[in-house]
Amino acid sequence: MTERTMNITLQVWRQDGPSKPGKFERYEAKDVSEHSSFLEMLDLINEGLIKEGKDPFSFDHDCREGICGMCGMVINGIPHGPQAATTTCQLHMRKFKSGDELWLEPWRAAGFPVVKDLVVDRAAFDRIIQAGGYITSRTGSAPEANGIAIDKKTADAAFDAAACIGCGACVAACPNASAMLFVSAKATHLGLLPQGQPERKDRARTMVAQADAEGFGGCTNHRECEAACPKEIKFANIARLNRDFIGAMITSSDDVQKPQPTR
Amino acid sequence: MELNSNEPTGPLEDRWTKHRDHGKLVNPANRRKYTVIVVGSGLAGGAGAASLGELGYNVKCFAFQDSPRRAHSIAAQGGINAAKNYQSDGDSVWRLFHDTLKGGDFRGRESNTWRLAEISNAIIDQCVAQGVPFAREYGGLLANRSFGGAQVSRTFYARGQTGQQLLIGAYQALERQIGAGTVEMHTRSEMLELIVVDGVARGIVTRSLITGKIEAHVADCVVLATGGYANVFYLSTNAKGSNCTAAWRAHRQGAAFANPCYTQIHPTCIPQAGEHQSKLTLMSESLRNDGRIWVPRKKEDVTKAPGSIPEKDRFYYLEERYPTFGNLVPRDVASRNAKYVCDDGLGVGPEVAGQRRGVYLDFAASISRLGKKEVEDRYGNLFEMYERITGENPYQVPMRIYPASHYAMGGLWVDYNLMTTIPGLFAAGEANFSDHGANRLGASALMQGLSDGYFVLPFTVGNYLGTVRDLPEVRLDHADVKGAVERVENRIHRLLNAPKPSKTADEFHRELGALIWDKCGMARNEAGLKEALAKIPEIRERFWEQVKVPGTGEAFNQTLERAGRVADFMEFAELLSIDALNRDESCGAHFREEHQSEEGEAVRDDEHFQHVSAWEFTGDLGKPKLHKEPLVFERLKPSTRSYK
Repeated sequence: MTERTMNITLQVWRQDGPSKPGKFERYEAKDVSEHSSFLEMLDLINEGLIKEGKDPFSFDHDCREGICGMCGMVINGIPHGPQAATTTCQLHMRKFKSGDELWLEPWRAAGFPVVKDLVVDRAAFDRIIQAGGYITSRTGSAPEANGIAIDKKTADAAFDAAACIGCGACVAACPNASAMLFVSAKATHLGLLPQGQPERKDRARTMVAQADAEGFGGCTNHRECEAACPKEIKFANIARLNRDFIGAMITSSDDVQKPQPTR
Repeated sequence: MELNSNEPTGPLEDRWTKHRDHGKLVNPANRRKYTVIVVGSGLAGGAGAASLGELGYNVKCFAFQDSPRRAHSIAAQGGINAAKNYQSDGDSVWRLFHDTLKGGDFRGRESNTWRLAEISNAIIDQCVAQGVPFAREYGGLLANRSFGGAQVSRTFYARGQTGQQLLIGAYQALERQIGAGTVEMHTRSEMLELIVVDGVARGIVTRSLITGKIEAHVADCVVLATGGYANVFYLSTNAKGSNCTAAWRAHRQGAAFANPCYTQIHPTCIPQAGEHQSKLTLMSESLRNDGRIWVPRKKEDVTKAPGSIPEKDRFYYLEERYPTFGNLVPRDVASRNAKYVCDDGLGVGPEVAGQRRGVYLDFAASISRLGKKEVEDRYGNLFEMYERITGENPYQVPMRIYPASHYAMGGLWVDYNLMTTIPGLFAAGEANFSDHGANRLGASALMQGLSDGYFVLPFTVGNYLGTVRDLPEVRLDHADVKGAVERVENRIHRLLNAPKPSKTADEFHRELGALIWDKCGMARNEAGLKEALAKIPEIRERFWEQVKVPGTGEAFNQTLERAGRVADFMEFAELLSIDALNRDESCGAHFREEHQSEEGEAVRDDEHFQHVSAWEFTGDLGKPKLHKEPLVFERLKPSTRSYK
């Protein structure tokens, strides 16, 4: 395993808080190993800044295995960077070459206010789940697990939608900052399973209403979300969500549940 | 300090039922009058907070991440065990109990282990009802696989993302309760101190990671579900943020810490690529079902392309040494053998800090036997992950693997009710010393987290509150509350104002981690542990003198967060090494080189060490006080493990 090193120029978005102005600042990363991860390259720069007594730039990350959904930034205009189906933390420097200039920005969306630098507040996603992204099932009183058989195809399709990690790249990629891929992934995961049927239509209605209340835009079929999704969540889920949503509008006699207040 | 396990008596099979039948209940109308703090939102904390909220308690849940869905339980890949016996291969609660206790090398508490096995089936029911998309057979029923050397197929799984799917199930249940107003969620909030009033846990002090605001929260009881301490080694498979701070702060306030030396090393991780490495990535050990592990027999072959090394020059060391189990020997045996062949100079891959630490995991035989398609069906996502990280294609060249720190069996000492030695303070999931003894079986961590969260805490917390009934009110201006807040503020002030700031917290963490990994990792001996114990206080002293943390405490400051966690690892590492030195035997994942058979197997000393070591904080980090909880085995007589 041979090792190549490279020099990278970074333009990093710096912003102190949601209502503060922001700007790009330039940093140089020298002699970066091609085997280091993208975030390890950022660590290296930040270690240097700390030693100089300067404020290192902030970015979210945790598992660094592409599963927790905590990390994410826009790299040269693409959420999570140039490698398809890959979170920022799983990106490695061998995908870049010496002399590259990389522009790093936070997710930009009204529903995701900037906390600091590349860190945004994604609590809106939690509130969308609160609005209906669950199956009501009391702890401890569940029926026998094999009581309901689910054909493998349906179970696999539900699983594909359940793979969403809630990172927010879909919102960042969408020109309307729409959260519909996220909402539809949950509606599809639960809506395909027999256990999710009783609440299926209400779920679609209340989650969509909450997404609207959070300030996310509507879906106008750009499909940028699908291209940016590190877990390859399918755009077709949105069509399924729309069916459930329209069905709810036609068949439900309940008042539309009031969306919860944001922040 | 007295250790009373509060186990029910009588036949093992009846203990949990009997305990519940005789426990105290809280009237539904009174539950909302009790405030329960849950720290952590992983499988144990998230499931616990959701279930307690559903029962009607007033729950406050805290997580340092930006959402409860990010907790590190999410990264578990392999699966979750249950004694459903869907495969009719002879499994039962008894067998799961037997395997768990034996796998833990007879260092776990019999009653707890039985309860875990007993509850396992209800967990699967619960998760399916919540919509967890477990793998299914073509007939539509749940699929199982054999895992980690088990002789039965009892592992339920969701591709390689079982932890994610189970956590999302618990997260959705939790969000439902947050929406219903029974749980108040505090994200980006880090617990930095425990509030103890009159010897009883009554709250926590947190720091908002957004504003830096220090806040006291009082409650009727506190549950810590804050995970394990594998990051003491710096490089581990834990998330970067995983830390021991909450448990350590509780320990300093009087909670005994049990068996810290039981640390599990996972054999199938991607080796370190260079000095810059920030964490290690685990690959499910299910890979060992179809991969063959080998290194070159000759040192001069270690840099050669593996495909060019003829069969006779390959050393399939596990197959040769352990003919019955071969590549499926338990984690610790597989890990240690990898270390030994690398220490002998037979390791492969890049040289880091003077040594090649890697062995081949070769799928060539499986690909020719099963076909590429079948191998891809079984391991496709893991192969992809490996290629993404290393840039090598495992369908063409063998994977390289090396062990990494992965899980902590040790943790806060708890009784049968999961209560620590501080009344009113509970510990659940990986944060307690748990039901796994000295070693944990694969696919049992998820089982324990959810067992504690969904099934044990909802009863035992209620039993505690129903027993103490009316606790005196604690106001925020109480001297013990103010004292806890002051301790937090003073510590932050010290971190921000080291006398000679020159090094980063990560530099110190790397130094500490390398030392602990070397002296107190996969294999330990007296001389090495004594060396570590001499060096740790010195590193710690330099840390407090030289750590450099720019910025202030009253703002978003990730450098400060990290420094605080490293400071606690500096103290915890000493207790870890003291425990490893004190336990002068080999058992499970704790391997003392002085105590091994001729074949290199762990040799227990039941006469002197058939006990839980619970350490009490004395104020002097180098001199904690040891308390022993004797382990009594009524149903299963300790036997010697043999995987030959």
